[in-house]
Amino acid sequence: MLPAPFDYKRASSAAEAISLISEYGGDAKFLAGGHSLLPLMKLRLAAPSVLIDIARITDLSYIKDAGNHIAIGALTRHHDVEFSSVIKQHVPLLAHAAGYVGSPQVRHRGTIGGSIAHADPASDLPATTLALGATYVVQGPNGTREIAASNFYKGFLESDLAEDEMLTEIRVPKMQGAGWSFQKFNRRAQDWAIVGVAAWRRGTESGVALVNMDSTPVLATGVSAALASGSSIVEASQLAAEQANPSGDNNASAEYRKHLSKVLVRRALETASA
Amino acid sequence: MNVNIVVNGINTKGDIEPRMLLVNYVREHLGLTATNIGCDTSSCGACTIHLDGESVKSCTILAVQADGGNVTTVEGLAIDGVMHPMQESFMQNHGLQCGYCTPGMVMAAISILKENPNPTEQEVRAGLEGNLCRCTGYHNIVHSVLACAGKN
Repeated sequence: MLPAPFDYKRASSAAEAISLISEYGGDAKFLAGGHSLLPLMKLRLAAPSVLIDIARITDLSYIKDAGNHIAIGALTRHHDVEFSSVIKQHVPLLAHAAGYVGSPQVRHRGTIGGSIAHADPASDLPATTLALGATYVVQGPNGTREIAASNFYKGFLESDLAEDEMLTEIRVPKMQGAGWSFQKFNRRAQDWAIVGVAAWRRGTESGVALVNMDSTPVLATGVSAALASGSSIVEASQLAAEQANPSGDNNASAEYRKHLSKVLVRRALETASA
Repeated sequence: MNVNIVVNGINTKGDIEPRMLLVNYVREHLGLTATNIGCDTSSCGACTIHLDGESVKSCTILAVQADGGNVTTVEGLAIDGVMHPMQESFMQNHGLQCGYCTPGMVMAAISILKENPNPTEQEVRAGLEGNLCRCTGYHNIVHSVLACAGKN
């Protein structure tokens, strides 16, 4: 299957990429690893007239210890996140979740920034970075701005990114010894999660986010609030789906997803609290 | 658009449409038809090749993205007619039946051992999660990879 025809441009810097996307407007798309966009284009669910290849902007592929957080360049591949000793040490939940994205071949190409900018609620890393309280740095024609992950996801495959903005960095607070768990429920290897849960806990603090439970990744703040006020894990996990509005599909009904989210949140918190 | 891609050690070039997939470049432009197209949606792994030394699904990469890169297909593994140890191991351990998934399996398996030369059975199974086989039930494929790791 071939995508519809398009013009192909290559950017060698973030500034050039933003200049190109400003020039071509809303019908142009950034191409990083291509493992979210190209499948959509092959199925003709997307048909941008211009692709701006940003994968060669090598200075946007990095993992840096920035004191209280880890700074990850948007073009860092899942494979590099999965095996980074810095991320394994300071944000082990993220390294672990990155290892669940697709298959090894996909992780050799797909990027953390591409996954987040694509804003698929069924993807693992939007929810995981949301649970971890990440901040996304985006660059546009007038400079950079920071967006909290909790304000980034606006709808199905829709984010706060403007047409002429590019995600350049993901800042993830260090977990500082917090317990954690990533639960991905699916029927076959390499599938998207039917429901997934990314969770961490440190004393009265916690973060719990849900994969594939709404049109956006869901931060289950009710669960964290309940834990902070002394509820048991069993009690708190009953609140997992309160802020979620899942839909049904061939894999699971909405009711089943709600039930599953409670079970998986309980399992995740038990592991994170062990 | 003009591209230059090293494929199996040979410099290749083409004036291609940007939408041409890398798998079509190797199969149709170069005539290297050992790499198969299976699902064409980056699920089955039949099209797995190496790009700059790592396993990738060539149905989900544009040839223009590989411009300047170094590709190896299963045709590029044998040296002077002597099979790569992974190919030999698949043969010795009956790691294939119909053979359709095999080029992708072999390329994925080599990439697994390159990153983890001494994997456990579970690590081999996880490493092959992106490659589907409808004949073997995977048992002999996993055995082939483990046997090859032992030999190396």
